[in-house]
Amino acid sequence: MKLHEHLPAFLVMVPLLGAFLTPLVASFGRVVRNVFFVFFSLLTLVIAVSIGMSVFGGQILVYVMGGENFALTLPSGMTYPVRILFEIDAFGALLILCIALAAFAGSVFSINYMDRFSGWKRFLSLYFLMTAGALGMCATGDLFNFFVFVEVSSIASFGLIAFWRDKPETIEASYKYMLVSQVAALLLLIAIGTLYGRYNALNMSALAAMARTGTLDRVVLALIISILAFKCGAFPMHAWMPDAYAETPSGVTCLLVTVSQASFYGLIRVCYSIFPGVAREGTVGWILIVLGCMSMFFGVMMAVVQHEIKRLMGYHSISQVGYMLLAMGVGLLALDGRGNAAAYGLTAMKGGLFHVMNYSIYKALLFLCAGSLYYATGTRDLDKMGGLARNMPWTTGMFVVAAAAISGLPPFNGFVSKLLIYESSFVVHPLLPAIAMITSVLTLASFVKVFQSAFLGPAKTKFIAVREVPAGMLTGMMVLTVVTLLLSLFPGWFMNNVFTKAAEALVDHEGYIRAVMGGGM
Amino acid sequence: MTDSIVKTLDSVGNAPYFVVALLVLMALTAILTQKNLIKICIAVAILGSSVNLFLVLLGYRDGGSIPIYYLKGAEKGMVLPTPQCLTLTAIVIALATTALMLSLIILIHKHYGTLNIDEIRRLRG
Repeated sequence: MKLHEHLPAFLVMVPLLGAFLTPLVASFGRVVRNVFFVFFSLLTLVIAVSIGMSVFGGQILVYVMGGENFALTLPSGMTYPVRILFEIDAFGALLILCIALAAFAGSVFSINYMDRFSGWKRFLSLYFLMTAGALGMCATGDLFNFFVFVEVSSIASFGLIAFWRDKPETIEASYKYMLVSQVAALLLLIAIGTLYGRYNALNMSALAAMARTGTLDRVVLALIISILAFKCGAFPMHAWMPDAYAETPSGVTCLLVTVSQASFYGLIRVCYSIFPGVAREGTVGWILIVLGCMSMFFGVMMAVVQHEIKRLMGYHSISQVGYMLLAMGVGLLALDGRGNAAAYGLTAMKGGLFHVMNYSIYKALLFLCAGSLYYATGTRDLDKMGGLARNMPWTTGMFVVAAAAISGLPPFNGFVSKLLIYESSFVVHPLLPAIAMITSVLTLASFVKVFQSAFLGPAKTKFIAVREVPAGMLTGMMVLTVVTLLLSLFPGWFMNNVFTKAAEALVDHEGYIRAVMGGGM
Repeated sequence: MTDSIVKTLDSVGNAPYFVVALLVLMALTAILTQKNLIKICIAVAILGSSVNLFLVLLGYRDGGSIPIYYLKGAEKGMVLPTPQCLTLTAIVIALATTALMLSLIILIHKHYGTLNIDEIRRLRG
């Protein structure tokens, strides 16, 4: 048996195994539990990287569950796939990489961060389940399976948001998120059921091969877009996001960010690969652009006035999601345009996908920095902090890197992806890059505020005893800092080898169909 | 026996789908208008049941037989068992979420002493 052929199955199997081994392993004491936690996260990351290595080479990985042969997508005599299968192309592999990285950094960080608290068995199990759910969402090639993984990651995140259940705010945030998320998931199931009723198939490639452009398809597409835009926190449906991000333990918040990215994956996959016919007509592109611009602008406006560090970052997440929606909307509109509009469209998509990776990494780092501040000072209120750069030099340094990256300052990776979005969204409407740039300026303003009020200023007497956070937390943050710096120093290499491949995989929806359906249909 | 069921189903036509739509609308209205957390939870459960009903309905095909080899009788074609599998999975997920939601409601009642959503407002701004 060749192990590397089974990587897509291992991708979900390893964190699931971790989740169910946890109650057993955690009873062997603290050291064993910590080693187990980090080892399984690292193993997931290794699997994700090796999947990336084969997929970015141009191959689409397909893995059939429960068949006589894992490579047999069409059982004999069948014209469409009946089994659940995983299909990972370059776009999926990119998201999988982001999730695995954030999960690894979060696990290393949590070892010290959660050490003061009890309930480790539950924490670890839910953490692994959430990782498995998010990875599954980006790996699956089956719509119903997508729904199941959405629910796996959502249910685990409800538990993790309410993890400090002695605080009323966490329960409230969790309930809010749960209510809206449940309604959204059930509506998603209605949409998936409707597609099944129309095409008798749930496989994404089979649906893509059969998809027509009728009224029912439009209604279903509208339903799916609004649900998944809600799940990834676009503007009018964003209310759950700052609450949930602020109340979750920080090691989990950085994973929660990538789970919302997995919903973004679903949204883009449905638009680009399953219904390219309807989506590229124009309306859908404009809907994404409008959603993106509103999220960018209003998200950052609400962030500027915040005084609580994690809520502020939560509102920034809304505005960052806006950039990606804008870029992908421009891609949908411009790809079929005349002249060199198609080239601009592809540039927008590359920028958007670069931003997906950037956002997952630096946002996770920012949340970990906020967690470190909370760990060291016991408060999340920016007005009460001050002068902490003396006590926590490492945290300060890494915060500066992340803040410069999210604000799009030139040497950092945020600048590269934002520049690509500015220069390509121009082709659709000149107002779009203007909105994006204003957002970027306001982002810088609010992070200057955070930096000034938390790290600079005179030393406060009550924080004299504050020390740098423990090594585990620093290591978790260091992992993400190193990735941010790599993305900043070698944007060309990543662009050629990762993001261009991912953008091309999205444009080539026939390749996505061919990987499963072969020459059939 | 089977014939009479088929006749009944033929005579009702699309009525079951209207029932599904009605239930979904009822549930959504209740979620948006009700103030009591328990009632909202019930509404979510109704929404889940209506989705399950919808999935079961999708499994019915004219002239198709049940997808069990030794029970299908003289009929030639069996329906795909996919919707039934979907329904089972959805029921299990709905069970988990309802239980979790109720336990969160218990915790909310412990912390706030009320189930009225207008009085549970600590997260703002």
